[in-house]
Amino acid sequence: MSLEVPDTTETDAVPERTPDELEALLGDLVIDRDDHLNAPGFVIRPDAVQETLSTLKSEAGYDHLSLVTAQEYENRYESIYHLKKFDDPTQEVSVVVPADKDEPVSESGEAVFRTADWHEREAYDLIGIEYDDHPDLRRILLPETWQGHPLSLDYDRDRPQIATLPEHANPLEDHHHDSESDTMFLNIGPHHPATHGVLHLKTILDGEQVIDVEPDIGYLHRCEEQMAQSGTYRHQIMPYPDRWDYISAGLLNEWAYARAAEDLADIEVPEYAQVIRTMGAEMCRIAAHMLALATFALDVNGDFTATFMYAINDRERVQDLLEDLTGQRLMFNYFRLGGVVWDLPEPRGEFFSKTRDFLDQLPGSVEEYHDLVTANEIFQMRTIDTGILPPEVAKNYGATGPVARGSGIDYDLRRDDPYGYYDELDWDVVTEDGCDNYSRLLVRMREVEESAKIIEQCVDLLEDWPEDERNIQANVPRTLRPDDDTEIYRAVEAAKGELGIYMRADGTDKPARFKIRSPCFSNLQTLPEMANGEYIPDVIAALGSLDIVLGEVDR
Amino acid sequence: MSSDQPFITDESRVVTETRDSRMEGQGDRFNSRLREAFGSSPFILTKFDKFLNWCRGSSMFMLQFGIACCSIEMMHTYAVKHDLDRFGSGVPRASPRQADVMIVPGTIVSKFAPRMKRVYDQMPEPKFVVGMGSCTISGGPFQEGYNVIKGAEEVIPIDIHVPGCPPRPEALVYGVVKLQERIANGEAAPVTVKPYELEEFSDLEKDELVETLADQIDEDELVMRYNFADSP
Repeated sequence: MSLEVPDTTETDAVPERTPDELEALLGDLVIDRDDHLNAPGFVIRPDAVQETLSTLKSEAGYDHLSLVTAQEYENRYESIYHLKKFDDPTQEVSVVVPADKDEPVSESGEAVFRTADWHEREAYDLIGIEYDDHPDLRRILLPETWQGHPLSLDYDRDRPQIATLPEHANPLEDHHHDSESDTMFLNIGPHHPATHGVLHLKTILDGEQVIDVEPDIGYLHRCEEQMAQSGTYRHQIMPYPDRWDYISAGLLNEWAYARAAEDLADIEVPEYAQVIRTMGAEMCRIAAHMLALATFALDVNGDFTATFMYAINDRERVQDLLEDLTGQRLMFNYFRLGGVVWDLPEPRGEFFSKTRDFLDQLPGSVEEYHDLVTANEIFQMRTIDTGILPPEVAKNYGATGPVARGSGIDYDLRRDDPYGYYDELDWDVVTEDGCDNYSRLLVRMREVEESAKIIEQCVDLLEDWPEDERNIQANVPRTLRPDDDTEIYRAVEAAKGELGIYMRADGTDKPARFKIRSPCFSNLQTLPEMANGEYIPDVIAALGSLDIVLGEVDR
Repeated sequence: MSSDQPFITDESRVVTETRDSRMEGQGDRFNSRLREAFGSSPFILTKFDKFLNWCRGSSMFMLQFGIACCSIEMMHTYAVKHDLDRFGSGVPRASPRQADVMIVPGTIVSKFAPRMKRVYDQMPEPKFVVGMGSCTISGGPFQEGYNVIKGAEEVIPIDIHVPGCPPRPEALVYGVVKLQERIANGEAAPVTVKPYELEEFSDLEKDELVETLADQIDEDELVMRYNFADSP
C-alpha cells in the first residue's frame, strides 16, 4: 500500500529496472517524464507507440497491458498505456501518449498487445482520439450513429441522437446464404437467455461450425465513468461500484475504488477494518462464483431446476450473511474511504455462529456440485477440450481472474500485489492447466473453498479482537481534495479478475478523469479465439465459462 | 384476488340439492367435489370477460428478460427461496412470442431501447409490463447519464412500477401479485403515444441531425430518435 514507486523486495523472479534504467532502455523514444503515483510514466511521441510498447514488452518483460486510458485536457489529448508484468504486477510503467488538440491521432498499440483493440475503440468512442493502424476503429459502446464523443470536454449532452435497429435478415431466407462461401449469419442476442444479459453476438456459421464470432457490446453502457466524474470522492462515488459487477460482487468492486482513492489521498485503513473488508469481500466472491456455476450449468445442461436451484440456495445463505453485515442484499455501499461504515452486527456471537454454520455446510454443498456437475459425464463431454484458451493468447488479451488461472497463469492480485489482510492469512492461489471450459469452472469451484478458508480465519481473528481496538474507520477529512495533477492506477482482484481504477485529481473534490479497467471487458475479448472453429453449442459454453457481467463490460 | 368473485352460485340451493348434480352412471372422476360444490346446476354464471381475466391473472407466462442488476434479484425471485411460481406466474419463457408479462429489470440505454421496443412488440396481446427498479422509473442513479433513457415508460407502457435499487424479491413478488389483481379486474396501462417510438428513417423530420446521418442510414431502416433536451 505504499505511495512510492513499488519496490520488489518480495520478488526475485523478475529483475526490476529502475525508472532511470527504463528511460535509458527506451532512449530517444522518451520525450518527457510524467510519473504517476503507482508507476513511472514516460511521455512518447504519438507515432512511436508500437516501438515503445514492443521494447518494453520484449526487453523489459512488461507483458500485461492492463488498461488504456484516454482523456482530454484543455490543450491536448492523451492516451495512457498502463503496463504490468504477469509475474509481478507491482512492477508497473505508464506510457503516456499526447495527441494534438485539433487532430487527435496517435499510433495504435494493437500490433503489440491484442487487447489494445477494444480499449482503443472505447477511447475513440468516448473521447474521440483516432488510432493509426488500428484494424477496426469503430464505436464500441455507443450506437454507430451517435454524434459527438461524450467524455470530451465540448460535448453537448442535450443534442438529439438517433439509434438504429438494424434488421438482420432471416437466416432461413435464400439470399442470406453467400453463394461463394456457403456461410450463414446467425444473430445471438441482445435478448437471449444464454448471453447473460444484453450481449449481442454476430456469428458466421459454416454448417454448424462457427467461423467468426463478433461480440457487439454497449447495450448496458450506463455512463459509469461520467457518474463517477460528477461525484465527490468522499461519499458520492462509493454507491456506483456496486453496480458495475452486480452479481453480488459489490464489496470487491467497492474495494477497487477504496484502494485507489485511499492511495491517492494517502489514507491509512485500520487493521480491524481491513479484516472486516477481507471477510466481506470473500463472501461476495463466493456469491459471485455460485452464480457463475449456476448459470454455467444452465447454459451447458439446460438444467433450469436442479443445479441452478442448489446454487441459488447457497447464494441466498451468503446473501443473508452479507445482509446482516451491510444491511443490503445486493448493493451494499458498505465501504467508506478509510474503513467500513459500521461494525459487525450485534449480537456479534450470533453473526459468527451463523457464518460458521454456513462455512460448515459449504464443503458438503461443494461436494454435491461435484457430483451434480463436474463429475457428470455429459457435462464433461461438453466442456473438456472445448473453448481452448492458450496462456500466451490469454496474456496477449489481458485476460485475468479465473479465466487466466484456468489457463495456468499464476496471477492473483490478492497475493501478488497484496492489499487488505490477505498477506497475513493462509490460503492458496488456484490454477488449472486445462485451458478449457472445464478448467475455468474448476478454478471457480476451488476458489470458493479458498474463500471459505479466508473467511474462517477472519472470523477467528474478529472473534478475539480486543473490544477497545475495534477501530472501523480512519480519521478522514470531510472533503477530500487530492493535489492537482496527481494520477494513480490501482487494481484489486475482483470476482472476474483484475478490476482497476485510474483517477486523475485536479485539485477539486471530484476526479477529473475516472477510468474503470473492467476484467470482463478484457476477458470477453478472448471469445473469438475460443469460439472460432468450434461448434455453436461450444460458443455458448465458452461464453458461460468466461462468466461476464454486462454491467461491467459496458460500464 | 379480487373480492368481487367471478363465480356466482345460488347458495340457497347448494345445501339442499347438491346431490342432484351428480350425473347418473358416472364415476367420481366426473362427479368431482368441485362439481358437487357448485350445487345442483353444472353451470356458473359470470361474464365471459371476467372469467377470462381471472384466467389470465392466475396463469402468467413471464418473459425471461435480463438487463442489469435487477435481473439478479429477479432470478432470485424465480428461484428457491422466494419462488414466484407459488402465485401462478413463475414460468420464464425465453421467447417473447410465448410470454404475456415482461419484467423490465434494469437501466435502458440508447442502444437497447429500440431492441426492447421490438421485443415488446413481439409479445402477443394482451401483454403487461412490470417495471422493476428505479432505472425503469426515471433512470434511477444513472439518470444524469448521457446515454440513459429516463425511465422505461418513455418507450413502452408500464402497468406496475416496483421501486428500489434493486427492489428486494419480496417487493417484486408484491408487484407481480398487484399486477395479477389488476389483470383480474380488467385493468391495464392506457395505450398512449410514447416519446420514443420506432420509426422508419425516411419518416423523420428532416432536421440537421437527419441530414448528417442520411448517408449512413437506409431510408427504410427502423430508428429511434432521442430528444435528450426534453427528457425530464
